[in-house]
Order: sequence, then structure tokens, then C-alpha cells
Amino acid sequence: MISRRLLISAFSLGLLASAPIAARAQSLNVLCAPTAQWCEAIAAAFERDTGVKVGMARKSAGEILAQIKAESQNPKTDLWFGGSAETHLAAAEQGLLQAYTSPNMKDLHPWALKVHEQSGGQSVGVSSGAIALVINKEIAAKKGFKLPEDWNDLLDPVFRNELQMPNPNSSGTAYTIVAGLIQLWNEDRAFDYLKKLHANINAYTRSGAAPLRAVSRGEAGAAISFNMETQADIEKGFPITFGYPKSGTSYEVASMSLIKGSRNQANAKKFYDWYLTGAAQDIGVAVGEFHVPAHKSAKSDPRLPDMSKIKLVDYDFKKFGAVEMRKHILERWEREVGSLPAAR
Amino acid sequence: MRLSPASALTWGLSALGVFVLPWYMLEDGLTPMRLFGLIGSEVEYASAATAAAWFGRWWLWPPVLAVLIGLPSLMPGLSRRSAALLRGGAGALGLTSVIAQGWLIGIRGWNYPALEAAFGALPSGQFGIGLGGAAAFLAFLLMITDALALKGKFGGDRFVAGAVGIIVAAIAIFTIWPVLTILSQAFGIAKGETAAVVFAQRFFHAKVWGLECLVSRSACGVAWNTLALALSTALATTLLGLCFALIAIRTGFPFKSGLRLLTVLPIVTPPFVIGLGLILIFGRSGIVNQAAAHLFGVELGRWIYGFNGVWLAQVFSFTPTAFLVLIGIVQGISPTMEEAAQTLRASPSRTFNAVTLPLMMPGLANAFLIVFIESLADFGNPIVLGGSFGVLSTEIFFAVVGAQVDFGRAAALALILLLFALTAFLIQRFSVGSRSYVSMTGKGETGLAQGVPTWVRRVAYTVALPWAVLTVTVYALALAGGFVKIWGRDWTPTLEHFARAFAIDHGVKGIVWSGGAWSSLFTTIKLAAIAAPITAALGLLAAWLLTRQRFAGRTALEFGLMLSFCVPGTVTGVAYILTYNIPPLEITGTALILVLCFIFRNMPVGVRSGMATMSQLDKNLDEAAATLRASTFRALRVVILPLLKPAIITALTYSFVRAMTTVSAVIFLVSAQYEMATVFIINRVINGDYGLAIAYSTVLIVLMTAVIGLIQLGVGERRLVRREPSVPAKERHA
Repeated sequence: MISRRLLISAFSLGLLASAPIAARAQSLNVLCAPTAQWCEAIAAAFERDTGVKVGMARKSAGEILAQIKAESQNPKTDLWFGGSAETHLAAAEQGLLQAYTSPNMKDLHPWALKVHEQSGGQSVGVSSGAIALVINKEIAAKKGFKLPEDWNDLLDPVFRNELQMPNPNSSGTAYTIVAGLIQLWNEDRAFDYLKKLHANINAYTRSGAAPLRAVSRGEAGAAISFNMETQADIEKGFPITFGYPKSGTSYEVASMSLIKGSRNQANAKKFYDWYLTGAAQDIGVAVGEFHVPAHKSAKSDPRLPDMSKIKLVDYDFKKFGAVEMRKHILERWEREVGSLPAAR
Repeated sequence: MRLSPASALTWGLSALGVFVLPWYMLEDGLTPMRLFGLIGSEVEYASAATAAAWFGRWWLWPPVLAVLIGLPSLMPGLSRRSAALLRGGAGALGLTSVIAQGWLIGIRGWNYPALEAAFGALPSGQFGIGLGGAAAFLAFLLMITDALALKGKFGGDRFVAGAVGIIVAAIAIFTIWPVLTILSQAFGIAKGETAAVVFAQRFFHAKVWGLECLVSRSACGVAWNTLALALSTALATTLLGLCFALIAIRTGFPFKSGLRLLTVLPIVTPPFVIGLGLILIFGRSGIVNQAAAHLFGVELGRWIYGFNGVWLAQVFSFTPTAFLVLIGIVQGISPTMEEAAQTLRASPSRTFNAVTLPLMMPGLANAFLIVFIESLADFGNPIVLGGSFGVLSTEIFFAVVGAQVDFGRAAALALILLLFALTAFLIQRFSVGSRSYVSMTGKGETGLAQGVPTWVRRVAYTVALPWAVLTVTVYALALAGGFVKIWGRDWTPTLEHFARAFAIDHGVKGIVWSGGAWSSLFTTIKLAAIAAPITAALGLLAAWLLTRQRFAGRTALEFGLMLSFCVPGTVTGVAYILTYNIPPLEITGTALILVLCFIFRNMPVGVRSGMATMSQLDKNLDEAAATLRASTFRALRVVILPLLKPAIITALTYSFVRAMTTVSAVIFLVSAQYEMATVFIINRVINGDYGLAIAYSTVLIVLMTAVIGLIQLGVGERRLVRREPSVPAKERHA
């Protein structure tokens, strides 16, 4: 019976081999939603400044929310960095976050503090970006359209089969777009517009960044997308250009929160305070990320959009982040827009 | 009855687990010093006996008692009956008490308020079980199976009983438990709703089952999309795989090794690479479209986005899987029967249709089933090429992480996916399950491997060769992305992407791995290398049990084994977090959870290919070994195992490669310490940094091809005695 011995030793060897790697004594565990490049740069700078070792994993905001929810009985994450305010507010609504007021908050822009107020102190804004209209200049020249100046310009038949936007049922970006239109006009007018827009749309992509990638590479002519990603693609040399709808556009505030019941609360607060300083908020632009920093004294950069010059809707994160509202809008979109026959 | 060393060993393991090893999972890792938990100074490092005696954890007494009860069963001269009684009793008490204490007592004491009300508050809670608990669990389990074998179950064979016990327990803990955890979410309700109604709404939603696409241009439900895609992909890949397998084994095709490499290439490729390559060729601004617009003035448009593109990408991705399953089958068909047919004056065509093809049925059905299920669970291709076209796996992903954040909907959709897989599995069982496909017997083989009829060869060539050319093109274009500045835009050659990922500096202390990709690459290789042999061993053991042994619940076990395969990665990932983040098994954030995820997700292919190969082996071989008084294990090792070499290669290769290329499951399981290569890559893709992503993929492809070569070299070819043909031998033995 060598067999069972073999089985047993293989099994225990497996356990032994993995047991030392079961160690997870970290000084700070962060889940980070923006690009990996930015996340790594922040972690490195924080380690340099404070000596606290950071375990940083990058995931999309939705994945982070799902993970924190799944971990809630025994949280392994200390701090959640980035991702739209709505996802943070959804977490706050479910009691997953820890309230905290940092001494460094006084120098933040009002839109960042609004998140703190609306979340009952459980979250704070760290950066912002606005929804822009993007076109591919090469396709525009071929098809004879120019950069749309306002939402209604997108209804022009010249954009037929050229326009892409994400599907709000899967993408947070798309939800920001739809909720923004509702707040710009009202719900009925917004859905009326989306139904008309449907005639020009060639795909509702599942991910929020996909329409921009398609426009950059000439797979689509125009897209509705966030400005910071668009700026990054322009830097890479893609033939695209963008503008903001002049009647008003939607925006997001990326936020930061402490996780309730986590193990390294003191270090998490240290990070929280540290990121709300001007120096820490300059890191983004330095690594090619064009989110507008929440700190008033962060360095300005010509490539960063000036949020004060863009006409923004008055976005109510609490109202549109609430589970019931979200469900209502997504269902209405599915019923009135998503189920329409594909346009040709 | 005399004392068998295996029984003593089992008991020793239980004693070790309860008296010596630390019972709990150690927060900061296990060191050789801490292995000795008998005299632990803190309860975290203590063994069960110490924790019970000194730290007041009275609920750990029953396992200690069970070990003591088990001891007398080792006495020589004990009757079978009393040995079985003692050992079975000890095992049952031990196993029940280990499970019960883990289930009922958590971090903050009693897990259920009712128990606290009944028995009062506990002095302390407890963390998840560790090495000691795992060892004790295993030992108690083996005691029970031993006792069952002593009582005559499992043909009285203790090896078979033990193997069944281990596999059933492993499947129950690492597949069925997480699946049930996530499915229970399908019944999750808000205030004022009833579970059945909510579930029915989720399950029968129009978005899932709608049939509008038949009458209008609206999209059909995702369930129909998924089903249509999976069926057409499985059909196409099975045919392609068969063509490639026939060419590789039964023709004198001169570039067989090149062909083999080509069919293996897609399987070692991170999924999105094929999608990107297809966009470059067939996309709206792709080569084909531009050429068509230039030459004929037609606009081909965006046909690649949606069903067409996903189907094409899946056929690229899964043809190798079908090929790997079928090649073992085509190899294993005995020429004797074909020779017999020809002796009876059957034409080559008739021989092929009436003998060869039917003998390949289990292989074809298996290949079809595996690809069907892979297509159901595929996530990478639909996400890159789907456009507005949705399938269940992407819907589930976005139900969890998208704007809906609805675990309940995800669980209901996952249930539909599982039902599809189950149906396919049952159909496959009933259609091929009952016939005999034995063609490898212990009798001397003197057959001459037959060529295939001319028309079959022609068809195989016409289908397979253009496909091969297309594969080369897709790869050349996709991988070129790693060597140019901006893929699809600025084709200036550069090596900067490789430099960013894999830079090596020489510091004062020697080599510094300064590139961003090194850490994830080392972790990935290490974990895949740990997981692959365990996956292959468990998978083939299970296959052997399923084909060769008769025991109650065999079909249920077979389905349990296939279950993890049809659960899409995202669901597995979330299910693993939900299940293993809290005691009794608290392993999130460790490397162990990744290894376990790999093992149980990839084992089904080992099982299927093992079963297909084994159904060709005549039982006479086992019986001959038994007649010669070889133990069951010896027969397995000396007779069956060498004949299983193609299946071993498939299982090892597949599990290693899949561990390195899987994305959707591990995305929830990686932690800062244990980042996987694919997650690193997918993060770069999301960022639009295709250059670095493709450079990394290229390195992975080269690496995995090398590993596959090493595995084939290490395991070796199966040597079947087939009469040497009189025509030049080289052609037939490539």
C-alpha cells in the first residue's frame, strides 16, 4: 500500500508548501480602482513617505464592491481607493464602510467634500472627470461629420452606425451618462433622447472604456466617454479629438473609503490623511493620468481639464447612487432602449 | 487479522493531526518551529489536544477521543468485524466532530444565536482550521473508508475505498460547497418579497429567454445566444479537431510537428490576444476590410462584432482542446478491426465509416462536450468581440461587478448555465455510455495502422490547412503588437515593451528583477507548477475509478467532477470568496486558494481525457494483473498508467497551461502578494496598454510551449506494438 502513503504525502506536501505562503501580515491592504500604473506609483510614494508597507491590488470598482461585500464578515481589505462615488455610496448604504473625518479635508474642492457629506462621512472624493463627446478625425473626414457641440448634434443621421456608448446595465460609466441626462433635463426627456439616439448607435458595449478604444482604433466614428481616458489616448498619438456638450454634461467623483472592521485601521487612516495632501495628488498627472485632483493646491497642468470651465449638471450622488433608483433607471433603460431592434 | 502498515499510518496521521500539529491556520505562516503544537504557549499555535486541555476549548475533545478509540483497531489478531467497528466508529466520531466544531463555532463564538441561547456564550471564538485540522480530517476520512472496505463495500478493496473517499470529500469541499453557497444567493430577497417569486422573476426574465430575434431585429435572450454559440462552436471545433488528429496520425503529411505546434498555440495564449488579432484582420479598419474597400469598393462593416466574431475566436481558442482529446483516441484505435474489415473486402471508405468512425465516437462525444462547456463558460472572447451581443458568462460577470451589483441575478443566471451543462452531460452519457469501444486488449497486436480513404484525407486537408494559415496570420499580427510602438497605429519597431516588463538590473547585491512583470511571472509559474501534477493525479485517479470500479453514486460523482468545469470563472471566484473567507476554512488572500481553484477548475479535462482513453482499454488487462496477484494499486501503476500516457500528457499540459492563462476566476482571488500574470495583463489591456500586454503574452507563450515540450519529453510516448509497415517507416512515425 505505497499508494495511500503517496496520496497522503502528496496532500500534506501540498499543504506544507502552501502554508508558509499563507502569511498575510501586511501593514496596509489597499484595493485600487484606477490604472495599475497609477496605483503602483501611489503605493510606492506612500511607502517612501511613511515606511508603511502597502499591499496594493488593482481591480475595477465593481469588482472591488463585489469583493468587499463578499468579505464583509471578515474584511481583508483596509482601504478602497478610486472608483465612482456611486459605488462607494452603495457600499456605505450596505454598511460596509467606516466613517472618518480627516484633518486634511479643509483644502479639498467642494465636489470632493460633497461625497463626504452625502455618505455620512464614510467616503471622500479624491479626483474627478467629466463625460465628453469623442470623434475619430480620420473617419470624420471620410464620413463628413464634425465634433458635436451638444447632445442633440449626435442625433444627426450622419452619425448613423458610427456612435458607441456603453450599456448601463454593465458599465458604471454608462450609468453616469444616463443619470446625468436625467438630471440635465428630466427622466422622460432623457429616455426620449436615448430612444432617438438608438438609431445612430452601432453597439452598447459591456465595458465603459470600450467605446473610446473603438474610436481610437477606427472601429467606430464617435463615442460618449470620460475625458481623462480620452486625453491619455491623445497623448499616445491616436487621431481623436473631444469636446463637452455645451448645455451641460455629467461627471464622476472618484472616491476613497475605509473598510469597516478591517485589521490595519491606523495605517489606513494614515494613508487617507496622506492622500488628501497636494503632493500626493500630483502623482496622477506625473504618470500620465488626467483625473482632476480634489486638492486645491495640486499643481495645474495644461492637459488637465479645467472643471470650472465645463458646464456640469448638478449631480446628486446620494439620490442616483441609491439601490432603488439605480434599479428603476436600469429597468427602464432595458425596457425602452435596450430592447429596441438593432439600428441599420 | 494482521496489522497492515497503511492502517498504522492512517492512525499515526490522525494522532499527528490532533496531538502534535497546530490545529488552527497560522496568521503569519508556518515555520518548522511551530510545527510542534503539543506545548504551544499560545492557543493559535496549539494542537487540538493542547487547546482543549489548557485553553478551555472543550469542543476539541471529541476528535482527541476519536483518535484514542481508533488505537485498539490496530491490534493484531482482531477480527475483521471488530476492526471495522472500531475504526469506523472512530472515523465517524472524528469526522463529524471536526466538521461540527468548524461549522458551529466561528470567530465570535457560536455561529447561530439559537445555540448561544441554548448553551450559553463561549469563552472565545476560533479561526479556521490549519495543518493539524486538515491532517486529522484526512485521517478520519480514511478510517471510515477503511472500515467500509473491511465490511465488504467497494469490492473489499481498501485502496479503491480510500481513493473514492478522498475524491468525494475533495469535490464536496472545493466544488459543491462553494457552488451551493453562491446558488443560495439566487434566493436572496429584500423586504416584503417571497423567495419563490423573486427567483422565478430572475430565472424566467425576458432578457434571458426572449425570442424576439426570430421575428424582428431585436436581440434574443442571453440563454438562447449562449446555447446557439456553444452548439455551433462545439460542432466546428470537433470537426476541425478531428481533421487535425487524422492528419497528424493517419496521413503522411510532411509538416506534422509544425501542425501540432500550431494547434497547441491557441491554448497557450491569453484569451484576448486572439480577439485583438481578429480585430486587426477583420475589424472595420482591419486588413481585410481595407483591402476590400480598396479593390472592390465595398464596405464590409462591423460584422466581426457580435455572434460571428465570438464564434470565430472561440473556434480558434478551442480547436486545440478538441484536438488534444481526439489525438489520443485516433492513436488508440486498434488496426486489427480495420484490417479485419478490409480482409472482408470492405472498401477503405466503408471501413472508415463502419469501423473507424464508430470507434471514435466516445472521443468525438467527449470533445464535443468539453468544448460545449468551455464555450458556455468562456469570458475573454465575448468581452473583446461581443459588442452588443451578450452571453450568460458576461451577463453574470456584469450582474456581479456592473452597475447592477446583484448577486441574486448572477446566481440565477449561473443556475441556467449549470442546467445547460448538465443537460449536455446527460445526453452525452445516454448516447455513447452503453456501448463498447474497447480496441486495446492485452492480446498481441499485429495490426498495421491504416491510412484513411482518399476522400477523408482530401476533406481533412481542405478544412485544416486554410485554418492553419489563418491561425498563423492571426498570431503574426497579434504578436507583432509587442514589437511595435502603438499596435494598429504606429508600426515603428521597438523593444521598449519588453524592457518595461522584463528589465534586469545589476545592483550591489547581484541581480535586481526591476521589470514590472517579474513578480507576477514568478508567482504564476510557481503556483501553476504546484497545481498541475496534483490536478493530473487526482483527475486520472478519478477517471480510473469511474471507468473501472463499480460503486453506488458513481454517476453523481461523475457529475460532481464535471460541475466545476461548467461554472463560469467569475462565479467560481465570487463563490470561493464567499465560502473560504470565514472559518472553518479561512484561506482567502493566500496562495492556497489559488492553487485549489486551479486544481478543481481544471481537473475535469484530466477526468474526461482519462475516461476516454480508458474506455479503449480492455478489462482483460486488469483481470490478467489480478490473476497474477497484483494488488489493485500495482495493476493501476504497472499496467494502466503506461497506457495512459497520452491522457497524462493532456492532463498535465492542460492544467499547467490553464493555471497560467485563466482570468475570470482568479481576478477575485489574487491579492497584492500573489498577483497572477493574466490579471497583470488584463489590467494593462483595460488601460489600453496593448504593447506591454502582448509583450508579456509573448513571453508566456514561449514559456508554456517550452514547458509542454518538457512534459512530453518527461512522460514519454505510449509504446503500442503495431506491426511496422513495409513502406518507409519514417512517414508513419512522426
